This record gives sequence, structure tokens and C-alpha cells, in this order.
Amino acid sequence: MNETQPRQSPLAQLTLVRFLEFIREPEALFWVFVFPILLAAGLGLAFRNRPPEVLGIAAVTPELANCLRQEKLLDVRQMDEAAGEQALRTGKVALLVAPGPQGQVTYRYDDTNAEGRTARMLAEQAVERAAGRVDPVASRDVLLREPGSRYIDFLIPGLLGMNLMGSAIWGMGFTIVDARRKNLIKRLIATPMPRYTYLASFALSRIVLLAIEVVVLLGFGVLAFHVPVRGSFGAFAVLCLLGSFTFSALGLLTASRVRTIEAASGLMNLVMMPMWIVSGVFFSAQRFPDALQPVIKALPLTAAIDALRANMLQGATLAQVAPQMGILGAWMIVCFSLALKLFRWR
Amino acid sequence: MSDSAREAALRVRSLRKTYKDVVAVDGLDLEVFRGECFGLLGPNGAGKTTTVEVCEGLTVPDSGEVEVLGMRWATDAATLRQRLGIQLQDTQLSEKLTVFETIRLFRSFFERGPAPDEVIALMQLEEKRKARVGSLSGGQKQRLALACALVGDPDFLFLDEPTTGLDPQARRQLWELIDRFKLEGRTILLTTHYMDEAERLCDRVAIVDHGKQIALGTPRELVASIGAEHLVEFAVDGAAATLELATLRGIEGVLEVQMDDGTVRMQVTELHRAVPALLDEFGRQGVPLTELRTHSATLEDVFVALTGRHLRDE
Repeated sequence: MNETQPRQSPLAQLTLVRFLEFIREPEALFWVFVFPILLAAGLGLAFRNRPPEVLGIAAVTPELANCLRQEKLLDVRQMDEAAGEQALRTGKVALLVAPGPQGQVTYRYDDTNAEGRTARMLAEQAVERAAGRVDPVASRDVLLREPGSRYIDFLIPGLLGMNLMGSAIWGMGFTIVDARRKNLIKRLIATPMPRYTYLASFALSRIVLLAIEVVVLLGFGVLAFHVPVRGSFGAFAVLCLLGSFTFSALGLLTASRVRTIEAASGLMNLVMMPMWIVSGVFFSAQRFPDALQPVIKALPLTAAIDALRANMLQGATLAQVAPQMGILGAWMIVCFSLALKLFRWR
Repeated sequence: MSDSAREAALRVRSLRKTYKDVVAVDGLDLEVFRGECFGLLGPNGAGKTTTVEVCEGLTVPDSGEVEVLGMRWATDAATLRQRLGIQLQDTQLSEKLTVFETIRLFRSFFERGPAPDEVIALMQLEEKRKARVGSLSGGQKQRLALACALVGDPDFLFLDEPTTGLDPQARRQLWELIDRFKLEGRTILLTTHYMDEAERLCDRVAIVDHGKQIALGTPRELVASIGAEHLVEFAVDGAAATLELATLRGIEGVLEVQMDDGTVRMQVTELHRAVPALLDEFGRQGVPLTELRTHSATLEDVFVALTGRHLRDE
């Protein structure tokens, strides 16, 4: 057993191991990949922009009904006068249209009801146009339903930021604390393994997982909801990397001394929970009082989400999100330096 | 052993280590020769693990000197790490990796050494090569831990309680594997609280208690040092109080009589004279005998003779 075989790179092996451990953990796969999609899908559906409201009206004759049906915003049902009055009284229709004497048209509705008034205007316009009225001024409608200003467009960068933070902090924290608890870190440093390779393997495996996780969530947003990505792809990738490394450094710091999973889990929630709430994942951080804004703006998740939103929705360049990048960079350097000082190797 | 083989692989001088107010190691001296299997035998909490972890460069002692393979941790850590094989007590390797992946990972840390599959074959883990670590039995996990210690083709092997918690069959299998490393000429430092393990595997044994060495020698020398070849133990229910111990001490060949909670232990030199005389004495005193055992003296008896306690009392 003195035969020597060529040696594999310790960093490559450690990174491979990180990756294998991750993909063999079904719960982790769910929380990192599936959960954000379910959340995005659920919230995207709940807050989707509904098509314009269609108003129900009743017409007494088939001729009237036919010409009223030219108006797309009216849902016209034909019924006799008695049934029509009954439907109007019970609010099933907003308007009853009946022929009057000498070619007149009678509109019956409740003028205190906005739907009734709208229905009357729409119905009258349809009837007059059918009778040959020509509008002297041509008009054109511009509808404000463009991608980019909807809730789902606001939400996807928020979820991306939240996911960057969660997977980096949990991925780093749980793995390290579990390894420390099992004396595995101590076993590793009893070998000639260079210590930096252990930490570097987390960074490298993070890049691989980050790519997958961003593609999955962003791909879902783009395909299912046509969420826009207006900034350059390079800038977007840089922001994701910077955010992920910053949160990894924060995760490393969180896990630098803890020995039990319970303590780690509490500490990680303590770090992340406030940011989930104030950093503008689900609603704008502007809703918090002005006095709190400087603090909120200085949080890494706020910076990451603001930068991602600016990139995706307004097409901001890296120069335009320099302040946010500065905040992320500062967090990364401070957390990483502290973590290296505090890290308990056994 | 020839004189040239008596070169020291490990020297420990006046080692001290305290944790808060507990003295774990209290001025310990050790010398392990190249190529020998040296055992640290002692009860739990005797300071064995602390001593070994200081030698492995994982714990910094309060005071004392440690020299491993002629080198010191303060100056030669990188070289030393390449030449040591270490198995720690209670390391749980990652459960989601396979046996092969685990060994390949550890192999990547060492500059030289055998291929992972070679170590797998040596540790008789071929059938489990692709099995997840989490699915292994206790004995298999322990063999995997040994495999991870062997991937760097070490000159010096540290084994901390290698068979604790294993069933008898798994322990025997592991002993056979350790026997093979001895034949390969590696130096081994082994800690254990099993006297049979120390007797079976070790060329020399240091018995430690409360962080101090209380005896040193080959297992045979140590057993001989207490002067008794055999032990006789008996129980006399309820009648212990009336037993005349002084009379028992007078029996020919009896060296020592101890009474402990209704059980009497006698160290004797000649079983065939002492036992009949003892039985006659019971008849004379009218004491009802409920249990009688004899066995040849072991390291356990050495420990009892030196400390008055059993190895596994804790």
C-alpha cells in the first residue's frame, strides 16, 4: 500500500462534496427551488390584474339586445319586461333597456349606483352608434397594463433577493454547524487540508447553486408572468453574485461559533426575520416611517433588492446602483473578516 | 526489540492541560518507540483523549513538551500532518456521501498515499463502496474512519477508542485489521478503556488515571507486577459481616483480600492450594457461599490493584 496515485485537488473535492450533500437533501431542494416558485405563483395569481369589469344589463327585444352586444363591456341578457324589472330590483343587472313609444329607447336604472350610470352611458353609446351616429372626434385608447408596473414585477426581484439571502445563510450556517457538532471540522483540520479550501469550497459551490436557483426563479417569472429584465444580463449576474457572497459572509459569521443546530437556527432567524419584513420583499420599504429609512437602506437585503429591481424594471446600469453595491460590499468585507477571526475550527 | 528500533516516534514531557477548573492531564510523560503499538489504558475521563489530541496538534497544552517523529507542532505542522493518520473519538462523517466519496475526499488532502479503492479493499468495505455513510453499521463506520486515517499512508497512527460501542464480532474484525498495520511497521498510539483490547493489541501499555501515568510496561509485565497470577471472587449473601477476613488472609498463597459490597476478591498465587483451603474455611465458619469465580489476572486487575476501582466504574 505504498503505491502513490496522482492527487486530486482538495478544493475541487470539497466543492464536489458540498454540492453532493446539497442535492441529496430533498428538503433543501424544496426550500431553495420549489418554495420560491410556489410563493411567486401564489402571490402572482392573487394580485394579478383582473380584466375590466363587465356590466350585466337586460334588454327587452332581440333587436336591442343585438345592437347592445356590439359593446364588449356589456354582458347583455334578453328577457321580458317583468323579468327585467325583477332582475334590476335585485341587482342582477345594472340597467334595463326597453323600447319606448315612437322609436324611443327607455333606460331604467338606479342613478345613485355608479355601475348603473356607467351601464347607461355604454348602452346609449351602443344604441346611438347602431342607429348611425358618427363621432366627430376620433379617439384612441392607451391601456396601462404593461409588464413592469404590476405587482408580480415588483415581487420577483424581491423573492430573488430573499432567496439569495436564505439559501446562502441557511446553506452556509446549517452545513458548518452540523459539521462542527459532529466533530467533522475537527477531523478535517486533523488532515493536511489547507483551511482556506474549506471556506472557499462554500463560495464555489454557492456560485453553482446560485446560477441554478436564479435561473429557475427568474425563468419562472419570465415564462409564466412575462416579468421584464430590462438591465444588462452581465450587470444582473454581478448583482446576484455580489448579493450571494455578501449573504454567505453573513452566514459564515452567524455560524462561526455556534455548536448546536437549535442555536444556529435561532440566530439565523434573528438575522433574517427583520430583513424579510423591512427590506421590501413583498411591499415597498417606503411604507416604514422616514426616521427608519436610513437604517432600512443600510441593510444588505434592502440594498440587494433595490439594486435587482432597478436592474430588472428600470434597466439600471451597475453605475446607477453603485450605492447599493457599496453597502453590499461593506457588509461582505466586515462579516467575512469578523467570521475569520471568530471561526471555531473544533 | 533491537536497539535501532528503539528510536522514539513520540516524546511527551510533563504535559499539563486544564479545562476551567478540571485538570485533564496532570504532568504526563510518555515515550512511544517507532514501530510499536502503544496503548493508553484508563477509565473514561482519565485524560486519554486530551493527551492524544495534544499529540495530534489539535489541542494546545498549558505546559509541557511534545515531539512527534522528531518534529514539533509549533514549527513543523504542515509536514507532520502529511505523515500522521488520525482517527478521532466520535467523529460522524457526512451521512449523505458514499464510502468511496468520503475516502476520495480525505485522500485529496494528502500528497502521497494509496488509491481510494485500495484502502476500501484493505478495510474490507468493497461491498459498501457505493453505500451512503448513513446506512453503514457501527463496525463499518469505524472501518471507514480507519480508512480515512490510512489514505495518507501514515508513519504514525493515532486511534482514539477505535472499538468503543461495537459488538464483539465487529471488535474482533477491527483488531485483525489493526494487527495488519502493526505488521506493516507503522507506529500506533491507541487509547482504550477495554483491558482485553490493550492486552490483545499493544506491545506496551501506560495505565493512566486522573491525568497521570500510574503504570507502564508490557501487558505481561504489568500483570506480573501485582504479584498475583489468579483472582478468586466470591459472594456470601448476608453473611459478609460475620466473615473472618483475617483467617482468609492466613490461607497459603493468598496475597490480598478486599471486600466490596458483599463481594470478596482475593489475589492468589496458587489456585489449586488456595481454593480447597478457602472452601474448608467456609465449612468451618458455616458461611453459605452463593457465588465463586476464579480467573487469571488481567490488566483490569492491575488497575484495580493500583486504584481500588474498576476501569468501567464512572
